[in-house]
Order: sequence, then structure tokens, then C-alpha cells
Amino acid sequence: MIPSLTRERGAQRLTIFLFLLPTAALLGLFVVWPITGAAQLSFLDWNGVDEARRFVGLANWRTLVADPIFWRALRNNLGIVVLSIVFQLPIAMALATLLERGGRGLRVHRVVYVFPMLMSTVAVGILFKYVLDPQFGLVNALLRAAGLGSLARNWLGEPHLALAAVVGVVSWQWIPFYMLLFYAALAALPADLREAALLDGATETQYFFRVALPLMKGTVRTACVLSLVGSLKYFDLVWVMTEGGPSHASELMATYMYKKAFAAFDMGYGSTVATALFVIVMAAGLVSVWLTGRGEEPGGAG
Amino acid sequence: MKRTIIHLLALAWLVLSGAPFYFMVGSAFKERFELLSTSLWALPKNPTLANFRAVLASRFVAFFLHSVIVMVLSVVLVLAVSSMAAYVFARLRFRLSRFLFAFIIAGLVVPVHITLIPVYLLMTATGLYDTLWALVGPYVAFAIPMTVFILTDFMRQIPRELEEAGRIDGCGPMRTFFKIVLPLSRPALATLAIFNAVGFWNEFVFAYVLTASPGSRTLPLAVWDFQGQYGANIPAIMAMLTLSTLPLVAVYITAHERVQKGMLAGAIKG
Repeated sequence: MIPSLTRERGAQRLTIFLFLLPTAALLGLFVVWPITGAAQLSFLDWNGVDEARRFVGLANWRTLVADPIFWRALRNNLGIVVLSIVFQLPIAMALATLLERGGRGLRVHRVVYVFPMLMSTVAVGILFKYVLDPQFGLVNALLRAAGLGSLARNWLGEPHLALAAVVGVVSWQWIPFYMLLFYAALAALPADLREAALLDGATETQYFFRVALPLMKGTVRTACVLSLVGSLKYFDLVWVMTEGGPSHASELMATYMYKKAFAAFDMGYGSTVATALFVIVMAAGLVSVWLTGRGEEPGGAG
Repeated sequence: MKRTIIHLLALAWLVLSGAPFYFMVGSAFKERFELLSTSLWALPKNPTLANFRAVLASRFVAFFLHSVIVMVLSVVLVLAVSSMAAYVFARLRFRLSRFLFAFIIAGLVVPVHITLIPVYLLMTATGLYDTLWALVGPYVAFAIPMTVFILTDFMRQIPRELEEAGRIDGCGPMRTFFKIVLPLSRPALATLAIFNAVGFWNEFVFAYVLTASPGSRTLPLAVWDFQGQYGANIPAIMAMLTLSTLPLVAVYITAHERVQKGMLAGAIKG
């Protein structure tokens, strides 16, 4: 008995080692090592090509703290966080409720609503560049046709509109995701709950806010955390539509990092921005998970 | 009355989410002159396939194949690697288990941008820069946390009795994994295959940074390059967007329940 037990332990240890090895190797090489690498690069002055890498200590970090464009990018990121949570989630919840109440009559709607999620962000960005085009775009054409030509704008070209226009497109693309999430949560509520509430004299509105919403708290939290972390990391759509412009009006931390590293070939400062982005996202992620109750990381919708 | 309001609101969002698609597909069938001279929402008068032909003549097929190769390879790898790790966390007890699991899950939050510069330098140093292979490693690595998270959860719910039977027959942990746990995890693997496939198919940043020439670029990059080249030819660009979106839409329409579940994989387990 004893020898076979030790053999079993041995087989277990071997399995643990061999089965974790590929994951460890991949995460080590493509996640952990690059993070430490970027942190180290943030102390250098280097163009990425030359042999010469000059150690400059905290110089890049001092530049960052005093860099108005970085702070602007951070503010824009935070703006997207707030707008996402304030607009996207309620609209998504409203649509989920619509779909749930509408029943089978809305089957087609349910399929079409998801289309925006299927397009690559690049495709969405390019499509909307043309939808929002000042001369040939759909939005301005509709405004003119409705006699509201005076409202037609160069949506992506005016500094005070660019970020708002981009957020609108972000919402168009992401609302379906949160809608599906909330729809799944609504559909998972016990069917007789509603009837019982209505029998007790509750109105539909009361049922939603007093009964359904509290029961979906976990899902709403998940949506908030996903939305927060996702908004801080945002890159693709903004890069495709505005490249952070005009004159940094829609600059985000990630677009700024990209410009510094891969357009200006300032690997040191680019890495500094990247490291700052990393620290901010990790901190926000940890704090939000901690604030919204433990152990529900990305899941919790059950 | 209430039903009417519900249907009107639902219709409003249908228009809002559908209009850009209508504009995209409709314009793709128009000639350049027609697009500029008639209203944008009019149906094409003489639908033409010329734009699609132009796109297909521009190496579209090659980019499409690149995307397929990278996607299939990455999906297979991430499922293989993650299911092994998930099995360890779900079934085998060892001291660092909880810590390592938490560490991997923390990877969910890591922004890819922090890794761009070092990974770019690594790929140039190893000569993998500007090849399709450069994409597979980062894709798989960044997909591991979510995939492990969901698979571990799924495997924990598989009744242990099924494995006990195998153990009495003398199955070691590896045999148990391959013969019993892995086949039983098929539903979760299917969901995760879809979830990851959509992500890989549409991935932009890594492809943008790690590839440069048409010989190694994937579809989202081809769309990007095409737009740079044909900036003013709106119908051609719309044809390109339509063709690049078509595969996912086709898959989605034939299997929308599965795909919807797959895309929610991150938020709802299983």
C-alpha cells in the first residue's frame, strides 16, 4: 500500500509540474517579463535601435508628472469611464428589459442588436469615420435632410466634439455586450417572482427597482468593473478614428504611449507612460474588485 | 398600449444599431458617382459587384487566410494549455495552488500596452518580427487568464465520482484528465473557442505593432491599410468592411445562441 501511495504522490507532482509548465512559460515570457522590462526601460533614454542606452534615473518619471498631455489623456480615460457607466449601462439595462418583456415578438431584434459586437473595432472605427464625415457622412446628411443642417458638424475634427463622438461610437459597439449580460441575468430570475410582486400590488417600475435590480446586483457590479477596466485600457477605436487628435483632444494613455514609443521612438518615455497606465489599471481593478465585494472577480453573474 | 411602446422603442434601437450596417452594405453595391450624387440611404439603383471584385483582387484572400491560420492555431493552443492548468487547479491539491491561481487571474486586468515595447523588441531580436508566428505567443498568453478561470470553474462542477471509477481502474492523474475530464469539458471548451476566436479574429494592437508587410498582416490590418490606400473610394472601403465582417455574421446567424454565450464567456461562467 505505502509504495503505491508514494507512487501516486509522485505521479501527481509530475502532473502538476508538467501541466502548469506551458501556462507558466507563456505568461512569464509574454506578460510578466515584458512588464518588468517596461518598468526598467522607463529609467532609460533610448530610441530602441542604438546600442547606447543611457540610464537617466527618474528623469522620465519627472517629465511624466509635469506632462500636461499625459494628464489630459488620463482625464479623457476617466471621462470615458464615467460616460460608459452612466450611459452605456442604463441603456443596456433598458434594452435588456425591453427584450425580456417583448418576448418572442422581438426575436429578430435580439439577433440584430448584437451585430455591432461582431465587427472588429478597426472596421467599426473606419465605418464610423465615414458615418461621421463632415461632407459625405450619414449623420450630417440626415441632419440636413431633416432641416437641421445648422447642427451638422465636423464631429471628429472639432476638439470639443471629438471625444464625445468617439464615446458615442464606443457605446454603439459595447451596449450590446452589456445588454446580453443583463438579459441573461433577467432571464435567470425565477418566473413567478414578477407575478407574485404584481399580485401584491407592486407596479412594473416598483418590481424592477425593488425586486429585480437588487437581485441582479452581482451582474451590475461585474458590468461596472468590466467597464471601468476596459475604459482605462481603451485604444483601438480611438486610434483608428482620431489617433488621439485633434491636438490631443481625444488622447488616451494608450494612444499617447503608442505615439511616444512607435512614432517618436522614445522607448524610455513610452515605457514610462505604459508603466503608469499599467499601475493605474491594476490599482483601479484591485480597488474596484475589493470595493464591490470579494471573490466575484469577473464572474459572479452565475 | 404598453406593448406598442415596447415595440416602438425596440424598433428605434433596431434602426440605431442597424443603420450603419445598412449604410455599409448599401454603399458597397454603389458606384462612386452614385454614392455622391444620390442620398446616402437610397438603395443602390444598379447594384454593382465591381467594388467586391476590386477588394478580392487586392490580396484580400491572403489576409483572410493569415487571419484563419493565426486564429485556429491560437485557439487550439490556448485551449490545450489552459485546460491542463485548469485541471491542476480544479482537482490536484498542492501548497501554492490558490496563490498561483490568483496570480493567473490577475492577468485579466493587465493592459496589453505595457507589454508592447518589450515584446516588440523581443520579436525583432529573435527574427520573428513581421511574421504571423509573432502574433500567436502574445495572443495565447493574454487569453490564458480568462480561459483558465472559466475552465477551472467548469471542471470543479464535474462530479468527482466519475473520476473515482477511473482511479480504481488504475488511472493516474494524466490519464484521468485525458480520458475523463477533458471530454466532459466539451461544452465549456466550445464556448471558450468561440469567445477566443472572435477576439483573435478582430485583434488589432499586436498585429499593428508586430507585423509590417502584407505578407504577414491579418484582416483588421488589411482593412486599415486598404483604407489608407483607397481613402476617397468610399464604396470600395465599404465593400472591404462588408467582406471582412461577413464571416462572423454568417457564423452568428447560423448559431446565435452559442455565439452569444461565447461572447459573454468572460462575464458569465460556462
